[in-house]
Amino acid sequence: MFELLGIPPQALFGQLLLGLINGSFYALLSLGLAVIFGLLNIINFAHGALYMMGAFVAWMLLNYLGIGYWPALILAPLAVGIFGMVIERLMIARLYHLDHLYGLLLTFGLALIIQGLFRNEYGISGLPYQIPTQLAGGQNLGFMFLPNYRAWVVVASLLVCFGTWFMIEKTRLGALLRAATENPALVGAFGINVPRLITLTYGFGVALAAFAGVLAAPIYSVNPNMGADLIIVVFAVVVIGGMGSILGSIVTGFGLGLVEGLTRVFYPEGSAVVIFVIMAIVLLVKPAGLFGRAA
Amino acid sequence: MVTGPETAPAGISVPVTATGAARLHLAIFAVALALALAAPFFLYPVFLMKVLCFALFASAFNLLLGYGGLLSFGHAAYFGSASYVAAHAAKVWGLTPELAILLGTGAAAVLGVVFGALAIRRQGIYFAMVTLAFAQMVYFFSLQAPFTGGEDGIQSVPRGRLFGMISLGPDINLYFFVLAIVVGGLLLIYRIIHSPFGQVLKAIRDNEPRAVSLGYRANRYKLAVFVMSATLAGLAGATKALVFQLASLTDVYWTMSGEVVLITLLGGMGTVFGPIVGAAIVVTMQNYFAGFGAWVTVIQGTIFVIGVLLFREGVVGILARWLRRPL
Amino acid sequence: MTFSRFALPLGALLLAGAAHAQDIRIGVLNDRSGIYADLAGQGSVVAAQMAVEDFGAEEKGINVSIVSADHQNRPDVASTIARQWYDEQGVDVIVDVPTSSAALAVSDITREKNRIFLDSGAGTTELTGEQCSPNTIHWTYDTYALANGTGGAMVEQGGTSWFFITADYAFGHSLEEETIAVVEAAGGEVLGTVRHPFPGTDFSSFLLQAQSSGADVIGLANAGGDTINTVKQAAEFGITQAGQDLAGLLIFITDIHALGLETAQGLVLTEAFYWDLNDDTRAWSQRFAERHGGAMPTMVHAGVYSSVLHYLKAVEATGTKEAEAVMAEMKATPTEDPLFGKGEVRADGRKIHDMYLFRVKSPDQSEGPWDYYETIATIPAERAFRPMEEGGCPLVE
Repeated sequence: MFELLGIPPQALFGQLLLGLINGSFYALLSLGLAVIFGLLNIINFAHGALYMMGAFVAWMLLNYLGIGYWPALILAPLAVGIFGMVIERLMIARLYHLDHLYGLLLTFGLALIIQGLFRNEYGISGLPYQIPTQLAGGQNLGFMFLPNYRAWVVVASLLVCFGTWFMIEKTRLGALLRAATENPALVGAFGINVPRLITLTYGFGVALAAFAGVLAAPIYSVNPNMGADLIIVVFAVVVIGGMGSILGSIVTGFGLGLVEGLTRVFYPEGSAVVIFVIMAIVLLVKPAGLFGRAA
Repeated sequence: MVTGPETAPAGISVPVTATGAARLHLAIFAVALALALAAPFFLYPVFLMKVLCFALFASAFNLLLGYGGLLSFGHAAYFGSASYVAAHAAKVWGLTPELAILLGTGAAAVLGVVFGALAIRRQGIYFAMVTLAFAQMVYFFSLQAPFTGGEDGIQSVPRGRLFGMISLGPDINLYFFVLAIVVGGLLLIYRIIHSPFGQVLKAIRDNEPRAVSLGYRANRYKLAVFVMSATLAGLAGATKALVFQLASLTDVYWTMSGEVVLITLLGGMGTVFGPIVGAAIVVTMQNYFAGFGAWVTVIQGTIFVIGVLLFREGVVGILARWLRRPL
Repeated sequence: MTFSRFALPLGALLLAGAAHAQDIRIGVLNDRSGIYADLAGQGSVVAAQMAVEDFGAEEKGINVSIVSADHQNRPDVASTIARQWYDEQGVDVIVDVPTSSAALAVSDITREKNRIFLDSGAGTTELTGEQCSPNTIHWTYDTYALANGTGGAMVEQGGTSWFFITADYAFGHSLEEETIAVVEAAGGEVLGTVRHPFPGTDFSSFLLQAQSSGADVIGLANAGGDTINTVKQAAEFGITQAGQDLAGLLIFITDIHALGLETAQGLVLTEAFYWDLNDDTRAWSQRFAERHGGAMPTMVHAGVYSSVLHYLKAVEATGTKEAEAVMAEMKATPTEDPLFGKGEVRADGRKIHDMYLFRVKSPDQSEGPWDYYETIATIPAERAFRPMEEGGCPLVE
């Protein structure tokens, strides 16, 4: 049996697979950011808080209404998406004529409020959310024990990511969206309600974050801070990928999950900063990001 | 960042003679200084020193945002690392307070050069995200490096003797030392803003391509103001370490970066006095709301939202428009 | 003193300024909103109140008031509050203070202001080591005692090979080091360690490394949310089912409560107190739970009760609240209370008592809510804590 730098290949496969699972979350979140950025031109700082909300809504559905995981996978993103649309209409929409940085500041404030409220109500220790019984247990792959749920996370994330890609790149709705990004006035002139398009887009991007939150609920603890640190990593992912393309953000998300997974094996101490280091390098070599349009 | 006419700082949209404004500023400075000299005899000096440090920190940040047009979301990195270096120098190396502060400030300057050079390669929101990510790196470093004491931070930092002679142990002595530093720092910032360098900076902020076409190397100016801002933020952080005799992870965490944005936004970005007023409000608020736990976060968030939606000019900005004078 | 019994309110007021009546202000400083809010938090205030009542302070002419605040687990916040309490609010003694960094900060300020600090919630051995203070007593537990209990006793139980999952910061490192020393001294061996970023969310990668090491025991040298997530994910990856033992080096009964027995079963841990130890602890805990929304006390709550009781006894005996005299009395007199039994306060400020090694029950072993532990071993007081001469505390001469 050959070894790679002292790590048996089975263990390496295992770690790569785990990296892919983390990458699923990065991909979903950076995709949501990219979709929102594409049309609204703001960076949604509240994305982490909304991801957290997704997990909490799933928890609430279960504990207050007895609604289980599978319906929650649809209902929670829907609820959070509607919440997002309300916020977009009431607040964010007032900032479009201003510098985009105000959008960043506003959503930062929103993130503080949402996190603070949940912390007051539910404390910080985290709430338990069980893995759905259909996905309990796992498979012995020979090189590792893969819990069924983690496999499902990768599959679900891939499905949603490529579904989104398909919708934006290949359908008429997507074509409209892309057109509105390029020239909102012209699209408006064709009788399309651009503000409504924008609201729906924001709601959809936010729903993606909430979907990631529901996926995360059974494996990470459901707590008000779960999105706060994650969002900063996702920002770095976004800088690395550049927000030029939908596909780019998906590929970067999964790719960086893999890189982080490898770091955990070879240099675990560095796994928290590896993404930031890569970001610095990318900035030096290709400031617009791997898939970005030139600024 | 302030590009549209709607967001232009009040100081620019109101036509006044430069000398008139300078005279007004001088008068306000004098009154504020007189108040500051008397304050420690009436209020808790430790609280006042905290206000002073944050006033300097926010003014340094405002130099970058309000006049350079660059929103950094990672200024905690410079504030905090200077705080660590100063604390370490005072405690472990036994340096006198003024040397410890200088060393801390220097560390922030070096960090500012490195991060600034990279960050200015991107603009707008990307710039904000890049600075945030770099600050997070500094945070992780501070958490793991042996000399920072991890979660414990560097505690019981000696206040020491100024120039090896005057003891800074008593709050009142330290207060006047801190006041001298902060006033010095603020005057320097005022000088920078009103120098030819500051004028070019504003030109770049308002219309970068035009400034470039006039032959200014925009990136050099941006880097310069970034480094100055980081350095002065470091000065504030190093001073803070001596006041509280503590350097901790709070100083480098991203919430600190958010706090300085809040202070500046609330006080009025792109105004001379805004950050000072903002610091006084926010620190007072934190002091009185400390018992509310997580509600502090909610309140801060609410101020952010209301500030962005309704009071983009901040307290001082509104005052300035009302007085029809730049403040 | 007899006079005061007849003197009604006015007399009591007059006496407040007299030599005998004492006004004592106790400050309960802990986490009230964060990760340690359950294990300390309001419960510590309840415990302190119970101590004041059980002691009968009022009848004995000691007028006790209790203030509390949230230090958010941050040393800067803790030191600001402690300073203001001592400077402006006349607080005589600060109790609890979980989170090592905050505790060290409070210990420093207490010494500077010459008051008394009775720590129950924090784990760092520094409080009775090189940074020990004549004004500080460390009451309930410390990381040495936990490492010693879990590490030593596990090896005796046959768990000889270890793998550590360690939070990558000073606290995690020292927890790991202390446990490794104990494990190796007891004849065990350490197969490897892996450091995870702090705070972390995904531990699966590290758990997999631990699993492939084939160690008998996986030691979790982390705390709070990190430990909870590690235990949770270990259950997901079937680590314990596959025969490896998980040993939590800093985990409390409230964490087990949050995790649920399904996930936490089989976990081995050390604590200084468990509500279901004997009749005394059961009776007290029942009273506590009635006043604290049904939640059973943690060892931190028990420590707050015990330390406040001992402090009040010393105030009564000396007739003063002057720090030096009270501290001398507290160290000279053996401690005794229904929760920890007999014990003593050492010269370095370490309070010693028995520690216990517990294993978390499986759901079918448990007979009801909060029935979580079975006792595996009792570690006698004299062996449970770090010997005084090894700590390097300057007070020990």
